[in-house]
Amino acid sequence: MIATFLIQDGVTNGAIYALLGLALVLVFSVTRVIFIPQGEFVAYGALTLALLDNDRIPATTSLLLCFGAIAFLADLWSMRRGADVRAFTRSLALNLVFPAAIYGLTTVLVPLGLPSFAKALLTILIIAPMGYYVYRIAYRPLADASVLVLLIASVGVHLAMMGLGLVFFGAEGLRARPLAEANYTIGSLMIPAQSLWIYGSTIAIIIALYMFFERTLLGKALRATAVNRLGARLVGVRTQLTGVTAFTLAAAIGAISGVLIGPITTIYYDTGFLIGLKGFVAAIIGGLASFPITAVAAIGVGLIESFASFFASSYKEVIVFGLIIPVLVWLSLSHAFHEEE
Amino acid sequence: MNGNLLELSNIRVSYGHAEVLHGVSLAIKPGSIVTVIGANGAGKTTLLNAVMGIVPAKGTILYDGASVPHSVEARVAAGLCLVPEKRELFSTMSVEDNVELGGFLRNASERAQTREELYTRFPRLAERRKQLAGTLSGGERQMLALARALMSRPRLLLLDEPSLGLAPKIVADILNIVSELRTTGVSILLVEQNARAALEIADEGYLVELGEVKRSGPAGELAVDPALMESYLGSPA
Repeated sequence: MIATFLIQDGVTNGAIYALLGLALVLVFSVTRVIFIPQGEFVAYGALTLALLDNDRIPATTSLLLCFGAIAFLADLWSMRRGADVRAFTRSLALNLVFPAAIYGLTTVLVPLGLPSFAKALLTILIIAPMGYYVYRIAYRPLADASVLVLLIASVGVHLAMMGLGLVFFGAEGLRARPLAEANYTIGSLMIPAQSLWIYGSTIAIIIALYMFFERTLLGKALRATAVNRLGARLVGVRTQLTGVTAFTLAAAIGAISGVLIGPITTIYYDTGFLIGLKGFVAAIIGGLASFPITAVAAIGVGLIESFASFFASSYKEVIVFGLIIPVLVWLSLSHAFHEEE
Repeated sequence: MNGNLLELSNIRVSYGHAEVLHGVSLAIKPGSIVTVIGANGAGKTTLLNAVMGIVPAKGTILYDGASVPHSVEARVAAGLCLVPEKRELFSTMSVEDNVELGGFLRNASERAQTREELYTRFPRLAERRKQLAGTLSGGERQMLALARALMSRPRLLLLDEPSLGLAPKIVADILNIVSELRTTGVSILLVEQNARAALEIADEGYLVELGEVKRSGPAGELAVDPALMESYLGSPA
């Protein structure tokens, strides 16, 4: 009886970890960036949704304006040695007009009292573009840097985004309203509708990612970049294009995770990091390369976490993060080590 | 504008403090095959990488009478395409996907058309469409690398040691394909250690030694040059 509750709880959390793990694998395999700020997008997403639920304009819209403005300045700086009109207009539209449009849309829509699904979509629309701006500001100038430098940049971005989260959301935790309030019972098991949303969205995103990577030329270009960076450049795939795509997808996945997890747990400005790290454990088990292993491992992480919190609650995190050690030993023994490039 | 598709003048490339190309000049007329021959370490691969924009180079590279674009990707878009010595295939992806990605900068209908032409030219690849590129034999990989490059519909194809590590029969096949390509209007810069075979299909030849052009001229003349024969060509077969 207790076991079924624990399993249900574990699978629900595991589904969220799976989404984050997939985003981490996606970003790392394409850009070699270990995307520590992934969790911040979850926190931003959940907090944005919670504020929308209270019919307030979420601070993330102003944050998006700031990000856009900084990205615009970065573009101006790189255009200082002569710019063409097209590049300038494009940068203007992407970095200033687009976030302003989202800001305007939010201020118009919020007083109307949207249904919860529309609020969820609006949240994703606000958060996903941040992935692009973060890439433009922090990672694009470092495109040729080593994995270590990129990792250090990630730590910086993580700390900056967490700090901005504290400034814009405050230190108090918020909880969003579920997308649907209903509960269903199967035998003795009670399944809240929110859990069904989580399972459904996770499965839908996994299928969508699969179709994207297998069926579209852009998806194949991302895989090609992951397999052979030089080969991809030689067929004309720009590093920037794959970078932008990977980061925007990761931010969108982060925002969706936030929307899904916001109603089932209280989220603080710094909660994202811990959630992201659990996705990271799954991604490590998948060798930062395999999508299916990562997804399965994430469910395992969720289950172990839920059982550990019942039987040894004070050691819950220790047990979950301790999982990495045997996996790393196994990976280092079974693979000959080769430094990339 | 003097009718050359590619014109290199005084190309210098350094790795750190060591200069490996000391001012190489070279010209390719549209629709011709130019070969660069020389021993290992002469700087042949570096020269191709400089033309493609993979390594930074000093000097001027004129392409179609104008300064060549800066980035590798922009050069691909302009019609340059490199088949590198190590092929650089997408080994965990299918033959079909490798070919498809070669046409990344082309639209869907151009891709479909070029793909059919290529599968006719390389029936072996058509047979193995669904196979992973990493499971192909050496000769098939070279063909796939060529096919992937041709998918971009290049005007200038840069080939780095296409015969390296292949059986003589396959080398002959590959070089045949290369010389056929000229009839479709593609110009080719061919880097080879197999000097005799390269000079046979080329119009012009350049001998590079320790980062400098030592000799150049019509391929037919170089092929019968007694001094060259001794050091690079071996005795005539």
